[in-house]
Amino acid sequence: MSLEQFISNAISPWMKNPGPDDDIVMSTRIRLARNLEDFPFPSSTSQDAARALYKHVYERLSQTSKEMVGKLIWLPMDGLSTIEKTVLVEKHLTSPQFAKESKQGAVVLNNDETISMMVNEEDHLRIQCLSPGFQLSEGYKSADKLDDWIESHVTYAFDEKKGYLTSCPTNVGTGMRASVMMHLPALVTTQQLNRILPAVSQLGLVVRGIYGEGSEARGNLFQISNQMTLGKSEEDIIEELRGVVLQLIERERNTRRELLKHNQLQLADQVHRSYGILANSRIIESKEAGNHLSTLRLGIDLDLIRGIEGNILNELMVLIQPAFLQQFAEQELTADGRDERRATLIRERLKLENIQDGGGET
Amino acid sequence: MQCQECNQRQATLHFTKIVNAEKTEMHLCEVCAKEKGDEFPGSNSYSIHDLLSGLLNVDPSTGSGAGYSQKVQNEYALQCPKCRMHYKDFINNSRFGCSYCYQAFSAKLDPILKRVHGGNHTHTGKIPKRQGGRLKLQREISSLKTKMQEHIDREEFEYAAEVRDKIRELQEAKEKEEGQ
Ligand SMILES: [Zn+2]
Ligand SMILES: [Zn+2]
Repeated sequence: MSLEQFISNAISPWMKNPGPDDDIVMSTRIRLARNLEDFPFPSSTSQDAARALYKHVYERLSQTSKEMVGKLIWLPMDGLSTIEKTVLVEKHLTSPQFAKESKQGAVVLNNDETISMMVNEEDHLRIQCLSPGFQLSEGYKSADKLDDWIESHVTYAFDEKKGYLTSCPTNVGTGMRASVMMHLPALVTTQQLNRILPAVSQLGLVVRGIYGEGSEARGNLFQISNQMTLGKSEEDIIEELRGVVLQLIERERNTRRELLKHNQLQLADQVHRSYGILANSRIIESKEAGNHLSTLRLGIDLDLIRGIEGNILNELMVLIQPAFLQQFAEQELTADGRDERRATLIRERLKLENIQDGGGET
Repeated sequence: MQCQECNQRQATLHFTKIVNAEKTEMHLCEVCAKEKGDEFPGSNSYSIHDLLSGLLNVDPSTGSGAGYSQKVQNEYALQCPKCRMHYKDFINNSRFGCSYCYQAFSAKLDPILKRVHGGNHTHTGKIPKRQGGRLKLQREISSLKTKMQEHIDREEFEYAAEVRDKIRELQEAKEKEEGQ
């Protein structure tokens, strides 16, 4: 398989599309946790009960009209290889735990993988909508629509006072987790983020670095999501998150402009050095790759380097994860082997681009 | 003496709590005692009388009265009738066994949920469409009742009467819905 083909199969179709504010916001995710009445929660259930739930859901949802949501593909977990499952994890379509120990579970996907659903994860159903760029309301709209459609075929566990009943008390109420993945290199470099994060968490939001192998945050990527699910409506949750994300976007953009104004030469130097390392390494660890990819992406956004696709950061951050590297290599790899393959993959990917020096105007 | 929960109001209720022969004193104001009341089993619809009769059933001479420790015993014995999960297992795993656990442990749940959800313990978000006709009406009625009270407080009795009529209408619709 050619590299182009491999990439086009590996990257979720939605990732190739541009989205609003996608110079800073990589993607938006809405997740709804739902359970059905009269079935024990998956975390405590027996194989038989889990199978019964799966059968119930499959019978009701797989046979019904697809007008609302488009065609859905059902992937029962026990029919997937370990690497296939890991690929689903690295595409954020399942959780690591689910891939490891799912009993009677399945992943349900639509064509472009914007819509997915886990059956028998921690909750009976985990509905997810992924979109490129900053699209909280749009994401919620499609999750809401899918939720309505599902609810017209099954009976949810719902309580007037507690809302949607979930396996973990941290999800009860709306069952909704809204997350926005942000690329914040300028706020990290100028050490502003350290000061902003405590304030953000005071607003009831959680910020997580995106972790690679090992546990170090990499690539200046941060996921911001709501913490509370009870006592606020979905719209309130989304509005609050949107407010904070908008402020972060503005600060990141201003700081980028300031950096460019005062340090253009140094910035251009960094960007081209990062490009040099990515384009020439023979061995590279995921953390180092993540950081250079982040700098390269910043260079693209600031027009310090030209001829590279803007979504190369999103794309390569996905591809340099272990399961994809092993799929690309068509064999299992040790950590050293992965470092070598990672360097090769990035080098070959950059060869597909037509690099030029940029002008440095934003 | 100040209330040990809120540190603001005067503590007017004093309890002795005995768990496994360990004695703790509690000094609460009425507001906080009422909140604590939510933690007690068997009182789904809270009544200050239930709470007090339970709490104050402590023999003052020994401080080891049957009332409170009986309550504590019950707490440990809480179990979901549907999935058989014990309350203490829920505390250990922080996962419910099934949706009925919410009902079974409801007496203990609100303080936990408040801690997790920034002080909130009542859902105000989406309601499932198919199950939700009655719930939606109920929510509308509650908000109208608040509105009516506001009018009464401002002595706007004509407006209050208008709202009252609207409430009646919705209540009738709700009864119809329930009758089906
Ligand atoms: Zn108090
Ligand atoms: Zn239960």
